[in-house]
Amino acid sequence: MKKMQVLQTVTIRFAGDSGDGMQLVGDQFTVAVALAGNNLLTLPDYPSEIRAPAGTLFGVSGFQIQFSSGSVHTPGDALDVLVAMNPAALQVNLKQMKSNGIIIVNTDAFNERNLERAQYGSNPLKDNSLDGYQVLQVPITSLNREALKESSLSLKAKNRSQNFFALGIAYWMFNCSPDNTLKWIESKFESKPDLIDANKKALHAGYDYALSAKDFSTCYKVKKADKKPGKYRNITGNKAVALGLITAARKAGKKLFLGSYPITPASDILHDLSKYCNFDAITFQAEDEIAGIGSALGASYAGALGVTTTSGPGMVLKSEFFGFAVMAELPVVIIDVQRSGPSTGMPTKTEQADLLQALYGRSGEAPVPVIAAASSTDCFKATFEACRIALEFATPVILLSDEYIANGAEPWLIPNLKEIPEIEVKYATNPENYQPYERDPETLARMMALPGTPGLEHRIGGLEKEDVSGNVSYDPENHDRMVRLRDKKVRVIADYVDDPEICGEPEGDLLVISWGSTYGSVFTAMEEIQNRGLKVSWYHLRWIHPLPQNLGEYIKNFNKVLIPEINLGQLIKIIRSEYLVDAKGFNSVRGLPLRVSDIIKAIEAQLEG
Amino acid sequence: MAGESNRTKHMQLAPDDFTSGQEPRWCPGCGNYSILAQMKKVLPELGIPKERFVFVSGIGCSGRFSYYIDTYGVHCIHGRAPAFATGIKLVAPHLKVFVITGDGDCLSIGGNHFIHLCRRNVDVTIILFNNHVYALTKGQYSPTSGRGKVTKSSPYGVIGNPFNSVRLALAAGASFVARTIDKFPEHLAEILKRAAEHKGTSFVEVYQNCNIFSNGDYLRLMDPGKRGDNLLFLKHKEPYIFGKNSDKALDWTGDDFKVVNISGRKKQKELITHDECAGHPAMEFMLASLSEDQSMPTPVGVFRDIKNDTYEDMLKKQIDSVEKKKGKGNLEQLFNSGNTWVVE
Repeated sequence: MKKMQVLQTVTIRFAGDSGDGMQLVGDQFTVAVALAGNNLLTLPDYPSEIRAPAGTLFGVSGFQIQFSSGSVHTPGDALDVLVAMNPAALQVNLKQMKSNGIIIVNTDAFNERNLERAQYGSNPLKDNSLDGYQVLQVPITSLNREALKESSLSLKAKNRSQNFFALGIAYWMFNCSPDNTLKWIESKFESKPDLIDANKKALHAGYDYALSAKDFSTCYKVKKADKKPGKYRNITGNKAVALGLITAARKAGKKLFLGSYPITPASDILHDLSKYCNFDAITFQAEDEIAGIGSALGASYAGALGVTTTSGPGMVLKSEFFGFAVMAELPVVIIDVQRSGPSTGMPTKTEQADLLQALYGRSGEAPVPVIAAASSTDCFKATFEACRIALEFATPVILLSDEYIANGAEPWLIPNLKEIPEIEVKYATNPENYQPYERDPETLARMMALPGTPGLEHRIGGLEKEDVSGNVSYDPENHDRMVRLRDKKVRVIADYVDDPEICGEPEGDLLVISWGSTYGSVFTAMEEIQNRGLKVSWYHLRWIHPLPQNLGEYIKNFNKVLIPEINLGQLIKIIRSEYLVDAKGFNSVRGLPLRVSDIIKAIEAQLEG
Repeated sequence: MAGESNRTKHMQLAPDDFTSGQEPRWCPGCGNYSILAQMKKVLPELGIPKERFVFVSGIGCSGRFSYYIDTYGVHCIHGRAPAFATGIKLVAPHLKVFVITGDGDCLSIGGNHFIHLCRRNVDVTIILFNNHVYALTKGQYSPTSGRGKVTKSSPYGVIGNPFNSVRLALAAGASFVARTIDKFPEHLAEILKRAAEHKGTSFVEVYQNCNIFSNGDYLRLMDPGKRGDNLLFLKHKEPYIFGKNSDKALDWTGDDFKVVNISGRKKQKELITHDECAGHPAMEFMLASLSEDQSMPTPVGVFRDIKNDTYEDMLKKQIDSVEKKKGKGNLEQLFNSGNTWVVE
């Protein structure tokens, strides 16, 4: 007799070789739990090799999802369930397991060769090293072959569908309907009926196996989450950026131009927009990172919304053009999907270590507004806002995302297009007395004239400009004035964006300040801390330059300040110098999101210390 | 700044209409003055409204060009003008875009952008001022400096081989490739005009004398006593005749050019003729290489002028065909695509 147990929150990870189709399984499982009405957040975790040697530790590809009937803001610190398709997947992920967690293993893959490749001295399924976990041993490969014995596919092709067998098991275990995946298989393999048949059979076989097998005694139910009414879909950060860009261009009545060079983990934005060329979106795969931003600036100069997307190493290459954009006062949006550095670093792992580069990585005094997205869905809003500021202020804007939110997905409340405001951009058209560096007295934005406008022919460039006229100038007083004007122009933006709201009381023992993708981890940690009634409040930055106007006041009202970051302390340098406060950092640079439990410990340590 | 009268009567523009308020600050005697003068002469002849011209320049003496001509102008960063120009053309194909560059700007720091501009055949006219030297940084050798050239950064002579920019542009796929000389205003104007009228990437190398750092580099092509034997003016469909008395010609041996004396000997129609529109640029390659051989004449004029699809035309065609198939993008629909669910 099978039992059903209701759970509030579950964290599951599918892991196998990078060619095992674990990302696909994860995507399908995500949609299934989303359709079941749960809150969720996902973390794909894959090697940068496309097909790493089979069975190796570095070739393990994982997909983690936390889903819940309550709120979810992280992909989960520790695993309730691990699906391990081979010994390497078990070896790599075991340390993340909760005690007494469920491990589903493909026993067929636990042969001598794979055990050796996974650096196991003895078979963990036989040496009692997994005592303390609920291990469910399933010969997935052979059961799947058996299920497909009538298929005309080659053995190799049959084995390729065993990820669907594993997915079937997970669907039974968590009471999910396989219907949507069955539909997906049909549309995905439209012209290949034998693949449709095999994959569907594999999915059913896995589901039926779990339903009937004795050791699968319990299935679990996660109830529908209580969510804001509306229509939802799942969205990754990169997809949200692409939609944000198209939306901003449309709301500004402009063509979108993306000049970009392929780089992990930003390339998906280029891929998406390339598909959407019927949305007035031109994508240009440039010859290098420099030409990516160069062409985007050329497009902006000619009246489009120019955008470039990249990651840390590409930011470095583009930085001379950032300076040019500051001097020429041209709008451009630069999207840095951060990854672990320095140099090539860990291209498929996350980090927040490009902040200082974004703020300062240019020659001369070259202030650039910097905004950071907080989550996958927030990438949409943050992108829209970055575009709005770039266009309205005629300035480059840097948007910081990172690998974690770029590839991670969560349910997105689909916005009502009509409620999104228009972006108004004005250009000079009157040929009388046009002065290229005359400014709007309030925003300090210079008045651009687009090439092709009769009578407004003028020159711009990287040489210092004379105030108002825009002519080349080496005058000392003029340079000092222009340096200050460019600085002020960015600071003024603070008047045109919303200050973040403090979460918690406006005064207390400890203020936690965070930025970017740590939002989810800090949110979850703060839920627990505030539930305990501790006098801890939280402030999450959106614009990092200019800093919000209300932050200084808050900082004064707390005894201590703690700044958690996935770097060695970059925002903390800004906060300390800007507000003269003895802020403390919590820093963990593992290529992964911060662990909620670590943040809680760091908060506790501050309160004790 | 142009007044109302100029705008409405753009067909009657004069060279002076393109004089900007900024006084050129090139050294007296610099070859750039000649290029500027001829450009101002050519622009009114193109039948394009003044406001549609955009000059994008790089860094170096040539880079200042965009300040001295009253059109839309962008003084870009070192070597990157082709990238900026490409962005302009892809969103505003109605603009006539020039890239002004030098040998260091185009072939050293900007080499990658240059070859990709040519490869894509973006409709941009690129004028390379080749003076064999980094002049604005006060005299270092450049990627076109010949072996042995003594400069501040090569006090014992340049080692390594120079780029042949015409050959490079041909190899990269430019659909119009020409060479001219600053000291020959008529030829310069003719070539600039043809390049500007070409659709696709047009490349012009201008041999430009730097009278401060590489004065006399082109002397064998300029000196009235010598140039007749050293210069070959390319003419479409005509034989390669040169010489003070037009008594010499290039002939083809089967694997190389040789100089033959044609005074009374060989009939002109037996000589091979120049073809700007040849499908394969092999012969143009050989011609371009002659400038490296002191015993041979240096060809100037149009090496290549072929019709080829421009990048922006292909881009438009592709977008049109996608729009035809999928319709104009509906953002509402895009928001709601994929698996959606409703929370009541």
